[in-house]
Amino acid sequence: MRNQYQERSTVIRIIFLTVGIIFIVRLAFMQVFDSEYRRQADRQALRPITQFPARGLIYDRNGELLVYNEAVYDLMVIPRMTKGLDTNMFCRVMGITRDEFDARMRKACKYSTYSASPFMKQVSKEEYGSWENSLYKFRGFYVQQRTLRVYDKPIAAHVLGYVGEVDQSEIDADKFYKQGDYIGKSGLEKSYEEVLRGIKGKRIMQVDVHNREIGSYMNGAYDTMAVEGGNLYTTLDASLQEYAEGLMANKRGCIVAIEPSTGEVLAMVSAPGYDPNLLVGRVRGENYQMLLQDISRPLLNRALIEHYPPGSIFKVAQAVTALQLGVITPNSGFVCDKSLVGCHNHPSARSVQEAIKMSCNPYFYQVYRRVIQQGKYKSIYKDSPYGLTVWRDYMLRFGFGQKMGIDLPASGITPGFIPDTAFYNKRYGRERWAFSTIYSNSIGQGEVTVVPIQMANLACIVANRGYYITPHLVRYYGPDSVRNEEFYTKHETGINKAYFDIAANGMYDVVHVAGGTARRANIPDIDICGKTGTAQNIGEDHSVFICFAPKEKPKIAVAVYVENARGGGGYWAAPIASLVIEKYIRGEVTRKDVEKMYREAAPCQKLPLTRVAKKKKK
Amino acid sequence: METKIDWVTLLLYAAILVFGWMNIYAACYDEAHTAILDLHTMHGKQLLWIGISVVIALIITHIDPHIFSSMSYLIYLVVIGLLVVVLFVGTVTKGGLSWIDFGSFKFQPSEFAKFATALALGKYMSSLDLDYRQLRTKLIAWGLILLPAGIIILQHDTGSALVFASFLLPLYREGMSPRILIVGLVAVVLFVVTLLLGKYKLILVGVLAAIALLYLFGWLNKRTRKHYIWVTAVFAACTLFIFSVDFAFEKVLQPHQRDRIYVLLGKTDEKTNSTTGYNVYQSKIAIGSGGVFGKGFLKGTITKADFVPEQETDFIFCTVGEEWGFVGSTLLILAYIGLLFRLVTLAERQYSKFSRIYGYSVASILFLHLFINIGMALGLLPVIGIPLPFFSYGGSSLMAFTILLFIFLRQDQERTNPI
Repeated sequence: MRNQYQERSTVIRIIFLTVGIIFIVRLAFMQVFDSEYRRQADRQALRPITQFPARGLIYDRNGELLVYNEAVYDLMVIPRMTKGLDTNMFCRVMGITRDEFDARMRKACKYSTYSASPFMKQVSKEEYGSWENSLYKFRGFYVQQRTLRVYDKPIAAHVLGYVGEVDQSEIDADKFYKQGDYIGKSGLEKSYEEVLRGIKGKRIMQVDVHNREIGSYMNGAYDTMAVEGGNLYTTLDASLQEYAEGLMANKRGCIVAIEPSTGEVLAMVSAPGYDPNLLVGRVRGENYQMLLQDISRPLLNRALIEHYPPGSIFKVAQAVTALQLGVITPNSGFVCDKSLVGCHNHPSARSVQEAIKMSCNPYFYQVYRRVIQQGKYKSIYKDSPYGLTVWRDYMLRFGFGQKMGIDLPASGITPGFIPDTAFYNKRYGRERWAFSTIYSNSIGQGEVTVVPIQMANLACIVANRGYYITPHLVRYYGPDSVRNEEFYTKHETGINKAYFDIAANGMYDVVHVAGGTARRANIPDIDICGKTGTAQNIGEDHSVFICFAPKEKPKIAVAVYVENARGGGGYWAAPIASLVIEKYIRGEVTRKDVEKMYREAAPCQKLPLTRVAKKKKK
Repeated sequence: METKIDWVTLLLYAAILVFGWMNIYAACYDEAHTAILDLHTMHGKQLLWIGISVVIALIITHIDPHIFSSMSYLIYLVVIGLLVVVLFVGTVTKGGLSWIDFGSFKFQPSEFAKFATALALGKYMSSLDLDYRQLRTKLIAWGLILLPAGIIILQHDTGSALVFASFLLPLYREGMSPRILIVGLVAVVLFVVTLLLGKYKLILVGVLAAIALLYLFGWLNKRTRKHYIWVTAVFAACTLFIFSVDFAFEKVLQPHQRDRIYVLLGKTDEKTNSTTGYNVYQSKIAIGSGGVFGKGFLKGTITKADFVPEQETDFIFCTVGEEWGFVGSTLLILAYIGLLFRLVTLAERQYSKFSRIYGYSVASILFLHLFINIGMALGLLPVIGIPLPFFSYGGSSLMAFTILLFIFLRQDQERTNPI
């Protein structure tokens, strides 16, 4: 009786065991075979906080700080975690409207409901301080620190470039970038992006159910430190740059100043310019649109992207090339008969030096004819293509007709144009053109175009008496101050130094001797050698001047280009160049009256539909 | 003759107790309060409860075990009295009216109703002249179980009331027809399937009809009138049940109970739509993220950050799952199953019917707690807030379970000396 139904104990054991097995199997599925739980756990309890490295600083050649950073804050949101948010209170605290809130939230949700994306970007330190203490009330929101660029002097905007938010193509191209990151969009910021951006760090924080950070995950075992971006030590001379920009006020055009012996760019001005502070922070988009629509195109770096007919400055290159080819001698003389090309009134040049001094058009017409038609073939239609090919080869050695390899983004550089036989064959037909068709090139008109940096480079070549070093803007970069070695090799033109001495003498005479075309550039005690140019084009002529100084052991070479300025190269570009040289060599300009005059002058012909960009401070 | 206390049970009890306290310590771990005995913290209080429980256990093992048998009805009546008192003076905690305040400590009589009922049932069922087949016997036995359960339901503590279903197992062991268990199982299955099917419940009726017809005309060799009537009656009962499920679900169950069942059946979105769904979702995440070996003691990211509510009490298993992983969770479950098996063994070796019934009651009560608590944490059962025995935070439950277990161990010591 006592042990009746004893077999039922087995049934009860089976019930217990079955439940135990069900639990263990369930646990195995949840913990061993399914990693989704782990991912969801990490997503909600861990918050990876990207540590943004400070972007590298940019200095000028004298150690003056040109660009540095300022802290701003991005308010980040994880939409999924904002459940139960007191929207009204949130809007009040943040100072936004309900509509704004909805719009921002929609955008964030569109990116991801699980991952963080910026809700409010670039909040200033002051604004952040006003709601910093209320933030804990809003689940799903947190703050991420970022840095913005600051420019104490509003100079060199085109060279420095600007930083902007990455777009999708940039995210796709480089895994480094995430939505909302910043990247150099132009100028040095772009070309040295990999140096400047540094290495991002990551801190993993544990957050609790109220979205409060409760400490670092695993004592920071998975954290990485951010590594600051490397600095750039540029070749720019900040005071010269500022001075040159002042000279170009109210004008269109550009100035490029280079140290000939090193190729280091001392100043690069493109006018009209803009204050680089305009393209920083939340006002960037608006200002960018405004600058983009400005008909005078202030965003363009004219020194690299604009190509102009070079005008008479081109004659210097023609003179030394012809001498090297042996088609003329230093003492060749040609009559200035104005029958084939026009000229101003001056006596006929009896030598190359005189021809450069007086910038005689018929003289260089004759020179170019001898270069193009060297008599190798009987038919001028065969002879001209040969001559053109030889000539073009020399022109390329001057750096013309190809993109200058300067350390700025190649997309912002134009090659200029030196026509080849294929070009004329296409235009006129094979053997249907000869010197008489293309003679305008001799005086820098016609098909030839040159980029301002190439003009400055031409001045460097004469200053160096036959070679140039690729112009560049950065001397050293990075934490180890790596020298930019690739920019210190000589590019020889293969033309005899003696011929450049003749050209330099001619350029000296241009400024110093009666009958020279740029007497206005004359400064006592500084031997400026220069060459004027007046480039004809649609509208008023462009005023061009290239020069270097001093004549022996030159320290600086300058090219000045003033668009559509009445009066020719000698009148506008030359005196501006001389002021730049005086500023650089003496450190200050004594000719205050001249300085004032050219600063205030506005010689450029007005563009149709000119819209003046109003500057807006951020 | 007195034998030594069963050391296997004692060891398992101690192991579960220590492991449980470690997990409470982890669940409410706070860098600022790491002192082990700090009565402002949960783990500090629990340590106090453990101390008190050990004292209680020592007392129980040193008194005459026959006292429990002789005082069964008295204890039962006192507890029923307390339960009724709670209805009038109790404080409301988490929607349940089941606590009596004693200064800063609270006391939950429903926890003690379990062992009191076990004693009374054992006492009644072991009466010498009892004939279980009589209707009167059945009614009294069921009355003993349903009376405290009913009062607890009035306290809105459905979870604790549900535990009284565990007495089905000792009754079954003593000769109750297994049909009741089977009917109960079938009812649960029909209930769940009906809810899952929603408006397509006719499919279920059709399937049942097909089974009935197959049974009658296919498998059955000897077809008598009695068989026809039986099968038809069962089919009719099932159909009626199916059509009354909706009514019962809507009218009898509370909204939060419906919610919990819907969450379990996946009819609402776990993550967002309801608090219950959120809790279960967090519980599953915590356990699932533990992996094979767990994140390590005090290193849980979900439980540590308060994502799981009630994690020191009803959801304590999450901490085990997250910090100790599959290995730790499995070991804990095996420890519990081992304890239950040991209790069955002990119950079977009792010489007195009272002790055996009481032993089975202890095992069954622990089992039901285990089943519901872990089943809920794993998302297999609806959310029903009852503690994990010897493990969850809470003085009343720990003391009640300790008393429950040690009364049995004490009787086991004296098993050769029955009343």
